[in-house]
Amino acid sequence: MKIVYTDVLVIGGGLAGLRLGIGARRRGHDVVILSLVPPKRSHSAAAQGGMQASLANMIKGQGDNEDLHFEDTVRGSDWGADQEVARMFVNTAPKAVRELAAWGVPWSRVRKGDREVIINGQKVTITERDEAHGLVAQRDFGGTKKWRACYVSDGTGHAMLQAMSDQAIGDAIPVHERVEAIALIHDAARCYGAIVRDLVTGALIAYLAKATAIASGGAGRLYRVTTNAVICEGIGSALALETGVATLGNMEAIQFHPTGIFPAGILVTEGCRGDGGLLKDVDGHRFMPDYEPEKKELASRDVVSRRMETHIVKGKGVKSRFGDHLWLDITLLGEKHIRHNLREVNEICHYFLGIDPVKDWIPVRPAQHYTMGGVRTGYTGESSTLKGLFAAGEAACWDIHGFNRLGGNSVAETVVAGMIVGEFISDFCDNSENDVDIPTRVVHDFLRREQMAIDGLLEGRGTEDGSAIKARMQEIMTSKVGIFRTGAELESAVAELQDLLRRSRSIGLKCKARGANPELVTGYRTQKMLKVALCVAYGALTRTESRGAHFREDFARRDDARWLKRTLASWKSEKDTLPSLAYETLDVGKMELPPGWRGYGAKDYVDHPDTAKRLAEVQAIRQRMADASRFEVQQALMPYRHLLPERLRGRNERIDEPLRSEAEIAA
Amino acid sequence: MNDLTLKPDAAVQNGAVVKPVTVHRRTGNGNGLPRQLAISILRYNPQDAASVPHLQTYGIEEADGMTLFIALNEIREKQDASLQFDFVCRAGICGSCAMVVNGRPTLACRTLTKNLPAEITLAPLPFFELIGDLSVNTGKWMRGMSERVRGWLHLKDPNPDLSRIEERMDPDLAEKIYELDRCIECGCCVAACGTARMREDFVGAVALNRVARFRLDPRDRRTDADYYELIGDDDGIFGCMSLLGCHDVCPKDLPLGTQIAFLRRRMVRMGFR
Repeated sequence: MKIVYTDVLVIGGGLAGLRLGIGARRRGHDVVILSLVPPKRSHSAAAQGGMQASLANMIKGQGDNEDLHFEDTVRGSDWGADQEVARMFVNTAPKAVRELAAWGVPWSRVRKGDREVIINGQKVTITERDEAHGLVAQRDFGGTKKWRACYVSDGTGHAMLQAMSDQAIGDAIPVHERVEAIALIHDAARCYGAIVRDLVTGALIAYLAKATAIASGGAGRLYRVTTNAVICEGIGSALALETGVATLGNMEAIQFHPTGIFPAGILVTEGCRGDGGLLKDVDGHRFMPDYEPEKKELASRDVVSRRMETHIVKGKGVKSRFGDHLWLDITLLGEKHIRHNLREVNEICHYFLGIDPVKDWIPVRPAQHYTMGGVRTGYTGESSTLKGLFAAGEAACWDIHGFNRLGGNSVAETVVAGMIVGEFISDFCDNSENDVDIPTRVVHDFLRREQMAIDGLLEGRGTEDGSAIKARMQEIMTSKVGIFRTGAELESAVAELQDLLRRSRSIGLKCKARGANPELVTGYRTQKMLKVALCVAYGALTRTESRGAHFREDFARRDDARWLKRTLASWKSEKDTLPSLAYETLDVGKMELPPGWRGYGAKDYVDHPDTAKRLAEVQAIRQRMADASRFEVQQALMPYRHLLPERLRGRNERIDEPLRSEAEIAA
Repeated sequence: MNDLTLKPDAAVQNGAVVKPVTVHRRTGNGNGLPRQLAISILRYNPQDAASVPHLQTYGIEEADGMTLFIALNEIREKQDASLQFDFVCRAGICGSCAMVVNGRPTLACRTLTKNLPAEITLAPLPFFELIGDLSVNTGKWMRGMSERVRGWLHLKDPNPDLSRIEERMDPDLAEKIYELDRCIECGCCVAACGTARMREDFVGAVALNRVARFRLDPRDRRTDADYYELIGDDDGIFGCMSLLGCHDVCPKDLPLGTQIAFLRRRMVRMGFR
């Protein structure tokens, strides 16, 4: 049997996996990165609009800081986020942008002086400060109080991934391309690596590592209509789930992006609306202010997507032979802005729709976009239940997004989690207690098990069609586990997904090739995807409230009294057709920002019994410390700095917040 | 066919008022029926000793808004499960799906069939290692290319202070660098390159564009002398015959012609030093 040994095995070559790998490599550990595709083709490249980090360089970002980024993130999450981890995240995000600036990302820069922008449909002249000239620029995004999304035109993820992948090449980190992890090797207490299939030759290889990190991205392809790349099938989450030990958190929290182009579902960035684009209906009427007078087009994505679907139900959609859609109007931004700052949007409109967004409106409708849930980890990125297994990025439930992620927080999370988890995974490997001691018999058993499963598909007598089962799953998820959910529909979805899972155990193949065989890949992935889909649907059925992107028409209110908790799904036995669900309570008594109204969306919710008490405590601390710095107040409300790796604890300098002394940086 | 009863287009039939975007004109035989496409694919599986290169033709009914991504997946699902091809983003941004479409290297995912004749021939990109059918190993080649031209930013300060305000950069320069950074390493430029056909070690426009990009970047500590060491020979900048096939086919419209010309002048200057 072929075995590859390394210190850190990273599953996934996108931004999170690469940054994590670079971190571990620079701490002196051997790293191997596995990737389905050449890493620069990872779905990270599809992030268009921006990366949230409170640099406060723009005049419309003046006054921004970690506190505001934290509050926006927690409100966006509808209080589902882990607030300590959210704090770690917002403190590291500016460092991540600055690191990438040093590594070569051509961030769009501030130009001093007057310029015309579109705000709330009106042309406004704003003046950028002289002292900000040449610093990293920010644009407006949904659900934020300040202009905070750092960007590279509208190819932000692409440019970040270029620089990140280049640095990994510079560090001589091996990336094994066109291979796929198909099982984790573990003994129910400790993870030892993965069984990996070479997608060209079909050979199975065991990769053994002290630490294994899942950074394989989201699960958008559980849905028929999604912005996600075809490789985003949630397989990394499935691998963790199939250990029976690791858990998946909040899988029912699925985000729908308001502006997928219709009907293909390809993303056009939130930056379109951030830069002043408007949503319009069949009458050409700008409808969002009717629903969201405060944030309008720039409420959080879950809210905007729901308002759009509601508006379509009211008959205000534009009819087409593929169904109804709405319009995104960016014509008011002008040709220069569109050709320079929204060039990918421009290209997508040209090639896929045959329209010119300078003159034409873009047909859009919400499409699945992001998986808030994933492998549940603690703040170090290590699985809470399976030692030696880590996760980062969209594949993880770390958990800064709770039930709704803010635009621009995803690429920010990939790099920030890569930086932070890269340090913790290195600490883990440095500790001699974590050296791997694994009998080859265990490895052999896993290899044999996986080879038998593949042989079963290739040579068995199964008659089910894998791609038909997968298509049916995607249809069920899109039609019954979508933006608006009801108990009855979810029940029928769960029942039918269970049936599909049973049938998927009898998939047969027409193509018997042992090497490259797309039908075989579809077969075994579909079996895995169905388990993840069941975690989403069953989690959604069980959660009888509405929170963030999870909206139940039959339980329309957020219910903190009963549901201020994180869903944990595990898959106990291969014979099961449902995940086992457990819940992890979020402690209101420790929250820096106790639950309340988000500032957009529904205003009625059921309070947690402890919320009033915690609110009073927070107010008392704020009053008592009225003269203290914001750092001291924050520390009194919810200490978190000790959780960060030491090198990332420092403050972040801004034009209006200069760093004064070495001692202050160290603090 | 001789059925001359012209059926009005479905969108008109519905009487719906639509903006031009939703009117997907049939470009077929004028009778309103979907076109029948004949897609011929150059097939060969090097993993299979019995396989020989051959063209195989699949018939498929055209649908509204059909791209080659949609067409190829439909063929694989309904007609031939063994067909190999690569798609990732299906939105024209990742560079996975470059192939030769009716003789021209391009991105298949954003190629609408309505812009093609009813007979379509698809072949894998030449020059790159063939994995099977339409799938080629651009990733391996691109990594080798990056290693060869040391295609990563060589930081002036390897340990920047991340707590401090970032270094400034002129906004126009940042945009110029991004312009070159938009390369998606799809391989079209190399597949269309006359020099690459003759010199298998030619670095290709993609590599020269990388060098031009780092050369432009004040954060990179390298000088023209360093770049000359990397590309100052006939497998590098001096191998280019200026046929500019690269420039013609680049799906991202990168200014490859001007970048190569400019780089050559700079490198000639270095060579005469």
